[in-house]
Amino acid sequence: MSTLLNWIDERFPLTKVWNEHLAQYYAPKNFNFWYFFGSLALLVLVNQIVTGIWLTMNYKPDADLAFGSIEYIMRDVNWGWLIRYMHSTGASAFFIVVYLHMFRGLIYGSHQKPRELIWIFGMLIYVALMAEAFMGYLLPWGQMSYWGAQVIISLFSAIPAVGDHLAQWIRGDFVVSDATLNRFFAFHVIALPLVLVMLVFVHIVALHKVGSNNPDGVEIKKKKDANGIPLDGIPFHPYYTVKDIAGVGVFLILFALVIFFKPEFGGWFMEPDNFSPADPLKTPPDIVPLWYFTPFYAILRSVPDKFLGVLTMFGAIAALFALPWLDRSGVRSIRYKGPIFKIAIAIFVVSFAVLGYFGTQPPTPVHTIVSRIFALLYFAFFVLMPVYSKIDKTKPVPERVTK
Amino acid sequence: MKKLILTLLMLLVPLGATAAAEAIHLDHVDIDLKDQAAVQRGAKYFVNYCQGCHSAKYVRYERLMKDLGLTEKEVRANLMFTGEKIGDHMTIAATPADQEAWFGKAPPDLSLEARYRGTDWLYTYLRSFYLDDSRPFGVNNTVFPDVAMPDVLAELQGYQKAVFKEETDAEGNTHKVFDHFEAATGGKLTSEQYDKVVHDLVTFLSYIGEPVKVERESLGVKVIIFLLIFTVIAYLLKKEYWRDIH
Repeated sequence: MSTLLNWIDERFPLTKVWNEHLAQYYAPKNFNFWYFFGSLALLVLVNQIVTGIWLTMNYKPDADLAFGSIEYIMRDVNWGWLIRYMHSTGASAFFIVVYLHMFRGLIYGSHQKPRELIWIFGMLIYVALMAEAFMGYLLPWGQMSYWGAQVIISLFSAIPAVGDHLAQWIRGDFVVSDATLNRFFAFHVIALPLVLVMLVFVHIVALHKVGSNNPDGVEIKKKKDANGIPLDGIPFHPYYTVKDIAGVGVFLILFALVIFFKPEFGGWFMEPDNFSPADPLKTPPDIVPLWYFTPFYAILRSVPDKFLGVLTMFGAIAALFALPWLDRSGVRSIRYKGPIFKIAIAIFVVSFAVLGYFGTQPPTPVHTIVSRIFALLYFAFFVLMPVYSKIDKTKPVPERVTK
Repeated sequence: MKKLILTLLMLLVPLGATAAAEAIHLDHVDIDLKDQAAVQRGAKYFVNYCQGCHSAKYVRYERLMKDLGLTEKEVRANLMFTGEKIGDHMTIAATPADQEAWFGKAPPDLSLEARYRGTDWLYTYLRSFYLDDSRPFGVNNTVFPDVAMPDVLAELQGYQKAVFKEETDAEGNTHKVFDHFEAATGGKLTSEQYDKVVHDLVTFLSYIGEPVKVERESLGVKVIIFLLIFTVIAYLLKKEYWRDIH
C-alpha cells in the first residue's frame, strides 16, 4: 500500500494535497451551527450534478417533447421520479444552504480583510447559481417555466436602444421558443455547471490560503505553538469531516422528508401551474418566480419605471459584492459589534423575508407600497453601512477563541 | 428588536385577509390513494364519462393493472374498449383540431390535471355545473365560468339551477354573487351518491397525476428510519473524536 502511495507521490502530489487541505489544514476549533452550510452546499452541488446527469439521459430538450419526457422520467424510468425530485428539491435546498452560508459570512465578518476574495468568489458562485436555476427552470417546459422565462428575458428589453435586440439575441427568437429551450439546456447542463465547479474550486483555494474565520472573528494564525500550528486550530480531518458527516445526516433527514412526503412543498418548490404544458397563447393570471428569486422580483416591481427597476434589481445583488468595502467596522464578529449593527442586520433579514413574500403576491397598490418601504430598508443596510459600522460601539475582542 | 418584528408582522395581517376573501370557495375532499376500490371505481367512471374527449396520454393501461391490483383480463373488460395493447397509453381517437372545431377548445389531457388544479378544485368543479341558456351546451360552471365543457355527468347528478344574490361592494356597485344550487331535474343518483362518484373520480385523477405517490411515501418511511440511525451513529462518532478537543 505504501509502495503504491510512494509511486503516486513521486508523480502526483497526492499526500501533499491531502495534508494541505484536510489532514494538516487547521481550522478554528470553535465552529458552531452556522459552519455546516459550506460543506452542505458542496454536498448539494454534487447531488445536482449526479442527478442532473441521470436526468439528461432521458430528458429531451425539444419544445414538443420536453414536457412529455419529464412525465416519462416520472412514470416509466426506473427510479426516475426519485432522481427528478432529488434534483428539483436540491435546487431549493441549494439556495437555502447558500443563503444561510452567506448570512454566516455576514454576521461573523467573514467578508472582511483578508477574506475579500473568498467573498467575491462566493458572490460569483451565487450569481452563477441564479443563472443555473433560472435556465434549469425552463427545461420542464410547463406554463410557469415558459412565462417566467418570458418575463425575465423581457427585462433585458428595458435597456434603452439595444434592449429589444438583446432580448431577441438571448431567446434566439421573437418569443421564448424551441431555440431558447435548446440554448438554455446547453447552458444549464454544460456551461454553467463548469463555471460553478471552477468557482467553487477557487473559493476553497482562496479560503485555504488565508484560513477560516470563526464565530469570534479571531485570527487563529496569530497564536501558534512551537511547531507553527495555531493554538486554537484543529486538523480539518478528522475533526470537521466527522462533524460535517453528522450535519449531513440531519440535512438528509430534512431533504428526504421533502422528497418523499412533500416534493412540491406546497407549491414553493414546484409550482402547480408548471404541471400544465407551456402554452404561448395562454398567459397564467399570476406569473411568479420560484421563492429564491422573489426578494429581487419584489424590488424590481417596486420601481415604477421598468429600466430603473431592472437597474435597482441588479443593484440589490451588486451591493452584496461591495460588502467587504462597505464594512468599516473594527471587529468581525457580531459577538463584539455594537447595537447599531445588530439592529441593522435584523432589519435587513426582515426586509429580505418580507420582500421574498411580496414577490410571490399579486402587485396590488398596498403590496407595492410595502415592497417599496422594505426595498428602501434593504438598500439602507448597505448604503449606510460605511457610516454605522464606523460609529458603532464595539466590544473588545479576546486574544483567543472562546469555548 | 422584538417590538420591531412584531410591528412588521402586524403589517402583514390585513393583506392576508383580503387575499383570502377574493378566492372562489372550494369544497374540501379527502383523498386516500390507498383505497384501491375507490381508485378502481374512479378508473371506471373516467373511461366511461371522461375519456370520450379527454386523454390521459402519459398513463399506460399496464400501469393501472399493476397499481390497481387488477388482472389483464379485468383491465381489458372494464377499462379498454378500442382494441389497444396493454402497454399503450390512455389516448383518444379524436384529434385536437377536430375537438377545437366541436367545442371551441380542445379538452385538456387529464394526466396531470389533479396536480395542476388541485383535488379540491376538481371535486368542486365537477359538482358546480348549472343550467345557463346563454351557453352553447346550455350549462355553465361557478368554479370555471363560461367553461367549454358540456355537463357530461348530468345523467347521474341531474341538472341544477344556480341561485345568485345581489351584493354591494365597497365602491357601491351591485353585482351578482353565487349563493347556492337548487335541483332542476333529478338524475340517476342522490346528491350523496353523486358526491361519492365525484370523490372516486377525483381519487383516480389524483392517482394518475402521480402514480408513484403511495410507493414514494412508504419508501420514504424506510429512508427516514435509515437516516435517523445513520445520524445517531455519525453523532456518536463525532463525540468520540471530539473528546480530545474539549
